[in-house]
Amino acid sequence: MAASSDIREKLRMKRRALQDTLVKNKNEDDIQALVPSAKFNVDNQPTAMKEAEGSDEDPGESLRRTLRAQREKRKTKLLLEQPFVQDEDVGEVSPTQYNSPNEGPSSRVDDSVVSTRPPTGSQRGVSVKSEQPSSSLHLDTFVTRHLQEKLRAARSKGESLQQQETSKDSSEPVSRLQRLKDRDTITRFDREADPVSSGRHDDPLTLRSRVKFQEQARRVEKDFPTTEEAYNFFTFNYEPDQPSKPESKSKMRQKQRDGVEEDDRDENGQEEAEVEEEDEAEEDNQDQNEFQSEEAPLVRNEDNLFVIDHLPQDFVEVRKAEYVGFKKRVQRDCELLFTPSFRAVPTSVKLPENTMPRFLEDEGLYVGQRPAVSLTNKNISENRILKMAEGSKWFGDDGKILALPDPIKESSTRPPLFHMDEELDPALQTVYRKAMKSQYANLYIAGATDPEGDYQLDVDVSGLIFSHHPLFSREHVLASRLAQLYDQYLSRQQNNLTGHLTEKLNGLRKALRNMMRIHGEQGSSEALQHRISEYSLEVRNTRQLRDLEQEKDRTLLRSIIKVWKEIKSLREFQKYTNTPFKLFLRRENVDRALDEWEYEGEILKEVLELEAESEEQYQKKLAEYNKQLEDWKLWRKKQKAKQKKKKKKSQTQDDTEEEQEEEEEQDQTESEDQFEEDPVKPEVPERPDIDSLERWVREKASRIRRKPGEAILVPELCTSGGVTASDLCPRAEVARREDVSRRSLFIKILYNYKEVSRTDSCSLSTDFRVHFGQIFNLKVLNCPQSINLQVFEEIGSSYSLLAQVFVPVPDPSVVTGRAPIEEIEFSSNQHVMFDHEGVGSDVPLSFESDGSNKLTLLTSGKLSCCVSWGIGEEGVPLAPPLSQHPGGTHRGLGHLDAVSYIGASGLYDMKKIGEWAVQSRLDPNDPKNTSIMHLLKVASSGEVTAPDYFRLEHLQEEFNFVSDEEMESSKRFRLLRLRNQEAPEFRNYKFVPLLEREVSDKVFQDYEKRLKDGETIDTRQHLNPHRAVVAKYLQQIRESVINRFILTKHHYQLSDLVIEEEIPSIGILGINLFKLAESKRPLKPQRIERKKVTAQNLSDGDIKLLINVIRAHNIPIRKPQSSKPGQSSQSAVQGSDWYLSQVQVRPFVEVSFQRTVLQTTTADGPNPSWNEELQLPFNAPNGDYSTGSLQSVKDEVFINIFDEVLYETGPDDKSRATSIHTQIEKHWLGSVKIPFSTIYSQSKIDGAFKVNTPAVLLGYSREHGNTSVYDQWRSTQGGTFVRLFITVEPQLVPGESVREKIKEAEFNSQEDERLLQASEKFEKHAAGGYPDRPCITTVIDLSGKTIFITRYIRPLNPPQEFLDAFPNNPQEATSLVARYVSLIPSLPDQVSFSATCDLLSTCDQFLTLLAGDEQEHAVLLCNYFLFLGKKAWLIIGTAIPEGPTAYVLTHEQSGYFIWNPSSGQFYEKGDTFCPLQTVGCLVNSDNVWFNIQENPSPLHTNFDITKVKMWKPFFSRSFSHPGLSSVQPEELAYRQTDKAAAAELQDRVEKILKEKIMEWRPRHPTRWNRYCTTTLKQFLPKLEQSRGQDVAEGHRVELQNLLGDYRISGFPLHLPFSEVGPIIEAVHSTGVHNIHSSNVEFALAVYIQPYPNNVPSVWVYLASLVRT
Amino acid sequence: MEKTSNSSVFLLTVNGQIEGANFPDYDNLYCKYCYVYGHDWAPTTVSTVEKHCITQITSKSSQSHKLIWNFPLETTFKSTNPSGWPQLVVSVYGPDVFGNDVVRGYGATHIPFTPGQHIRTIPMFVPEPTWRLQKFTGWLLGRRPEYTDPKVVAHGEGREVTRVRSQGFVTVSFHIMTKDMKRMGYDTGPTNSSTVQFATSSQSRDAQ
Repeated sequence: MAASSDIREKLRMKRRALQDTLVKNKNEDDIQALVPSAKFNVDNQPTAMKEAEGSDEDPGESLRRTLRAQREKRKTKLLLEQPFVQDEDVGEVSPTQYNSPNEGPSSRVDDSVVSTRPPTGSQRGVSVKSEQPSSSLHLDTFVTRHLQEKLRAARSKGESLQQQETSKDSSEPVSRLQRLKDRDTITRFDREADPVSSGRHDDPLTLRSRVKFQEQARRVEKDFPTTEEAYNFFTFNYEPDQPSKPESKSKMRQKQRDGVEEDDRDENGQEEAEVEEEDEAEEDNQDQNEFQSEEAPLVRNEDNLFVIDHLPQDFVEVRKAEYVGFKKRVQRDCELLFTPSFRAVPTSVKLPENTMPRFLEDEGLYVGQRPAVSLTNKNISENRILKMAEGSKWFGDDGKILALPDPIKESSTRPPLFHMDEELDPALQTVYRKAMKSQYANLYIAGATDPEGDYQLDVDVSGLIFSHHPLFSREHVLASRLAQLYDQYLSRQQNNLTGHLTEKLNGLRKALRNMMRIHGEQGSSEALQHRISEYSLEVRNTRQLRDLEQEKDRTLLRSIIKVWKEIKSLREFQKYTNTPFKLFLRRENVDRALDEWEYEGEILKEVLELEAESEEQYQKKLAEYNKQLEDWKLWRKKQKAKQKKKKKKSQTQDDTEEEQEEEEEQDQTESEDQFEEDPVKPEVPERPDIDSLERWVREKASRIRRKPGEAILVPELCTSGGVTASDLCPRAEVARREDVSRRSLFIKILYNYKEVSRTDSCSLSTDFRVHFGQIFNLKVLNCPQSINLQVFEEIGSSYSLLAQVFVPVPDPSVVTGRAPIEEIEFSSNQHVMFDHEGVGSDVPLSFESDGSNKLTLLTSGKLSCCVSWGIGEEGVPLAPPLSQHPGGTHRGLGHLDAVSYIGASGLYDMKKIGEWAVQSRLDPNDPKNTSIMHLLKVASSGEVTAPDYFRLEHLQEEFNFVSDEEMESSKRFRLLRLRNQEAPEFRNYKFVPLLEREVSDKVFQDYEKRLKDGETIDTRQHLNPHRAVVAKYLQQIRESVINRFILTKHHYQLSDLVIEEEIPSIGILGINLFKLAESKRPLKPQRIERKKVTAQNLSDGDIKLLINVIRAHNIPIRKPQSSKPGQSSQSAVQGSDWYLSQVQVRPFVEVSFQRTVLQTTTADGPNPSWNEELQLPFNAPNGDYSTGSLQSVKDEVFINIFDEVLYETGPDDKSRATSIHTQIEKHWLGSVKIPFSTIYSQSKIDGAFKVNTPAVLLGYSREHGNTSVYDQWRSTQGGTFVRLFITVEPQLVPGESVREKIKEAEFNSQEDERLLQASEKFEKHAAGGYPDRPCITTVIDLSGKTIFITRYIRPLNPPQEFLDAFPNNPQEATSLVARYVSLIPSLPDQVSFSATCDLLSTCDQFLTLLAGDEQEHAVLLCNYFLFLGKKAWLIIGTAIPEGPTAYVLTHEQSGYFIWNPSSGQFYEKGDTFCPLQTVGCLVNSDNVWFNIQENPSPLHTNFDITKVKMWKPFFSRSFSHPGLSSVQPEELAYRQTDKAAAAELQDRVEKILKEKIMEWRPRHPTRWNRYCTTTLKQFLPKLEQSRGQDVAEGHRVELQNLLGDYRISGFPLHLPFSEVGPIIEAVHSTGVHNIHSSNVEFALAVYIQPYPNNVPSVWVYLASLVRT
Repeated sequence: MEKTSNSSVFLLTVNGQIEGANFPDYDNLYCKYCYVYGHDWAPTTVSTVEKHCITQITSKSSQSHKLIWNFPLETTFKSTNPSGWPQLVVSVYGPDVFGNDVVRGYGATHIPFTPGQHIRTIPMFVPEPTWRLQKFTGWLLGRRPEYTDPKVVAHGEGREVTRVRSQGFVTVSFHIMTKDMKRMGYDTGPTNSSTVQFATSSQSRDAQ
């Protein structure tokens, strides 16, 4: 209702009112202005008010009633606007009702002012509405309270006004009059409303108070406008009751509070007392009110100003948060809520007055069961209903709530679901089924472009004959049997098998006779004899067949006659005929004599034959008997002889009788035994009895043949007989006939299981034949799958399916006109029974008088129909061509697949094969079919012989989805197969393309190349032909090992699959318990073992290599740059001074791994500390993170130390003053490389690594003054060290050794089983006690056999030239040998063999391969040392960074020395920088000792192996050395060095390196300083001779002399040589090529010193020169 | 690895949810799942398929002893070869008596290859301890035997060495869509254009 226009309107009104009254007293203004505005507001919303009135109907009845009378009285006085005014007043005042109870008197006044301002609209309306329903009896008290308050306020105001009026000037009354007039003009309503309010209130006070009272009045009179009233209100013309207004006005002014009270009394009789009391109280408080009223004007003025100044504020209603006290709320809730009582309602209330409850049930009427409702609920709802208007209509006559009978059935019709939380009963579950493609839907006949269809199938349904029908009478049954027999007879007659066979028999006999004759004349020949026997066999078979046929003929004839007789007797018995059948028997008389002669002849022949047969049989038996008899006799003889012997024996031996007796007894028993064992004496076979034979033949003949002379009986069946008319038949028969006539039949034709047509319904004739004679032409679109004729029987309007007949789909060659009508039998197992003569179906029936010999007949019959393909207009058959049957079934059409037709098992069933052959019309002339035709011929000719072979997997072909050739030729299949075979190139090949053409040929290139390379050796890639051979050989070994490894990889153990807690031992349990007591945060925390991650779960980017570069020691420092050689010495003199003044070196570390390069910050000084962590990503080859793959990662981590050198380049002249240009160069100082495989297998590497520094570093020196004792000590060690911590994040589970598996697998051994067991035990014990100490007793040689390690140790001769070099200095020779060994390239086994499969080659193999791991180096070195006469052992231990490795220990006078075979360096036992960390065991040719000392580090190890407490020997007294022979050769033969080859290699390497360097500098010209190169070249041999000893100073000086004005930095690299790749890599890692200054020149020299057996020592001298 | 951008592939979209499980004796279980597929398969969205995914922990309600996850699955594979058809490997974990997180079952199922809606009930099993004593200590210490990799259950290889015990069932519903399968000559069911199944949204059968 609060449209903004209304508000605006109100505002305007208000403003006008204000303007009107602006000159006058503002107090009054206020009052006056409010009312009109309010009225106007009302005027705008009459409809809303009406709604409010409508809802006013609710209030309590009592109130209404009390008011009604008053209203009646006052009606005439009512003005038009009255209701609106009242309503509006309520709306405006209602907020104050909420507020006032909680406010003080003074504020109440203010509030009332505020609230009576123009409202914000709808809020008011809402409050009105919400208030109205609450007006019940409670409201009245509430209202009263309000009234009192209002009254008080009004009174005070009125008094104040009066005071003011009196005090004001005389113009006041005038203005007031005017004002009243004004008001009249503005708001007529107000004035008209006044009488009403005055009529009720007689309010003498101010308008303000009147407003309040008006509200009260409205409250009471809310219900005024009933519909009737409203009608009157608009139609009647009330006279405005003018006189009453002045009256009321005057009353208002003159009358005092009494009037108010009176008015109240008038209206609310109930309230009177209270009001009176209140009034008294008011009077008491009058003084106070007066006091307040003095202040009031001020307040009001303010309010007025406020209204004027802040008009927009009028919309915002400012009031206090409404709080309703609890009690009050409860009270209000009570007003709003109705709580029906639980108590039963007396019946009298529920029923109309003065009616007694009436109980229908007592009156005998049916009353259904009422639904069960609890009593409380019933009471509650009754109470509730009673509260409603017209509540009583819900109650029935019996005082109960009307109710329908209980609709719930007593038992549930739905099966109970006892599942609750179980799964739903599967039967009730909704099941998802895939949409089925209709089997035939898409089987269109291909080529049928014409939708009309070119194919037509004609179905001719000609008729139906029942061989049995439920409505058959007994006679019918017999008749049909007779008919059947007669049919049979006819067909037999037609076939005339008997005659056939008789003739055949005669022919055979004749032939046999002929043969016998020939046989008799010519004597027996083997072939003839055989043929005769064959013939006689044939004769016998034929005769038997003929006899059978004759017997059948005879019995058939007999049964025909029998049935006919039965019919006749039945007809006689029932005195009527039902069937027209009549049987005539025609006699054909025969010539008796001839007949007899034939008969006898036949018998004679047969008897003769039989005799011959039996004779033959007898002979056979006799022969057998004779043979058996012979055997028996022989045996008998032997037996007798035995007995005799025994007897003799006994006789000679017997001394006493007893003995004899015993013997006799024994003998007896023996004989008895023998008797038991005796073969029974064969009986003589009986001679066949000829007479009995003849008798038997005659008997048979009489049974199966007609007697001689007897007439031939020819039965003839005709239907000429009459049927007795119905009226002559008994009632039952008549009923049957009627039933028959009621029946009719029709046939539905279903094509592909869909009904396409049906015949007319034809009634069943009395002879149970139905003739349809209808032809249906089916236009065919779908492939014919089945044609089905359904026979329906119709009785009246209902019909039932009698039988179904499936008709084969005709061959395309079968066309209409040529196809014969076929009779197809059908039957139904319906059970039918009648009470009339009909015999029914499936009902036992007997023709005997005693009811025996029951037979049960089923409805059956023959349907004659014909299905054929139609013929078009031009005589073209409308059949689909043969070939056009796509897929699917071939049933009845064209080629039949043998297997699908007869099924797999049928392949052995000759009959089925034959059937199939006939069905599929195999071409007998097709050479493909010869074998099967032959087979069939054999099968059909005689007995079926089972094949004497078994076809294995005869269906294999069926499962080959592609032929072998296709398999071979397809690239895709090849790819798939190769991947499956795990060929290295394709092992993890992803995404084999889907289509053949997408497989590129390139894929196979590598693979094919590898296959091809198997034979040829590519020498180009290898610099040395020998190396190529070696590489080839290595490759082959690698492959064989890999293959073996792959095999073992697929052999799983439980531990490979399942992580299982080990069974804890008591000790571990104890430790665990101890752990519980351990502090949670120990002061000295230990590294917690990280969780290991199995490699399979990883993917690219998951693995990171963490390298913590901690610090370095003893880094070479720069030498002062000077162009003159003299200065250097000078500088050395002034060392300390220079040291302080100049930057020594600014090293940083660069780590490169898999082409990722990271570097640390630059530090200062020779002993820098970086302490930086570098993270390098790791990518496995091919993204394959399996253990095996990770183990074969060949990548190495390069850790290079560089010196960062800043050079000031010559800046421009202009900017010299302001800027400096510096150029950064990095100079390589040294490197460490750690293979990833080491990190992987060790999982973390921590320690100080010796930096591989070049022998000479141009521009650098290690001596940097004697700054400290420590440094001096350090410098003697002569090495640079860098401390690193390297690990892989996350920690990977290192691939466990395959050794165990290999042991399990085919890796056999030549060692004694006992030794192997002992070694296993030894290793296990070692691992158990000291898990961190490696212990090896057995190793695997290159052929994969396990060999005891001591067999490898044997003194072997080093190359003679080393021995000759320093004949007098064994120490020199030793170091030469060690150097030689270190020059042999090292290749970790893990890398080469892709698994932690430790293979150890013998020394000669090692020297041939020229590659091996530390163990091989160590073995060779150890053997050399032994040869040199040293005491040497192999140390199996762990070292940095190799991990488990092998070193060599020698014992000299000066003590123990530890040799690193890979570097050729040796360490004293006490050397702290010895890379060897733990000593596991020592090995020599005699024994293996395991270190059982406390501290395994070589520093603290006592190497006295004789001490059993420190070294546990493998072979001890209990298990002595079995004398194992060495696997090493006696002597090593060395090939002499090939100097020419070395020189050639040298040139090639140099050329390659130069090219590479230029290649790495694509943007800068690379200049080679020839002069420097040649100088460097001269240095290199010297270096080689001095074996890299420090000759730096000398040649640097030399160089300096030569190249005075160059700043040189450079170094020689010394490398073992295997391939050129590592050399390139090493050169690249030094970063020399990265110098980009414009005037740089390079120098590169290569020198190769060959050693015996093609072991070259390679030197590369690299230098960069910058002209200063 | 070769880029297969230009070669033809077919797609298999798997939608669905791990509906719930039936483990009579256990409660507060969660489920990890991952896909195992052959070399010729790749998920088109790497994030969800490459890794093991994990569901929320679910508890049994007072009435029903079924565990409901209703954890959605959604992924799409592309492939060039039906060999190595993806399998869903599910492993269920939950606390034991002492609150240790132990495995409650492993199971795997091939993703159905017929388009449409499918419900698979995967029997779950755990490897058995080798010895009785281990069974006891495993129970005591909360360290039951586990597979080194849950994906083991998707392969046949090596499974012969393990002994397992069945534990319960996990029900998974799938909505399968394929693309280009038929074009590439693989007919996996009645899916010509007219009879494409639109899988109806499945409601958990035991949601209450």
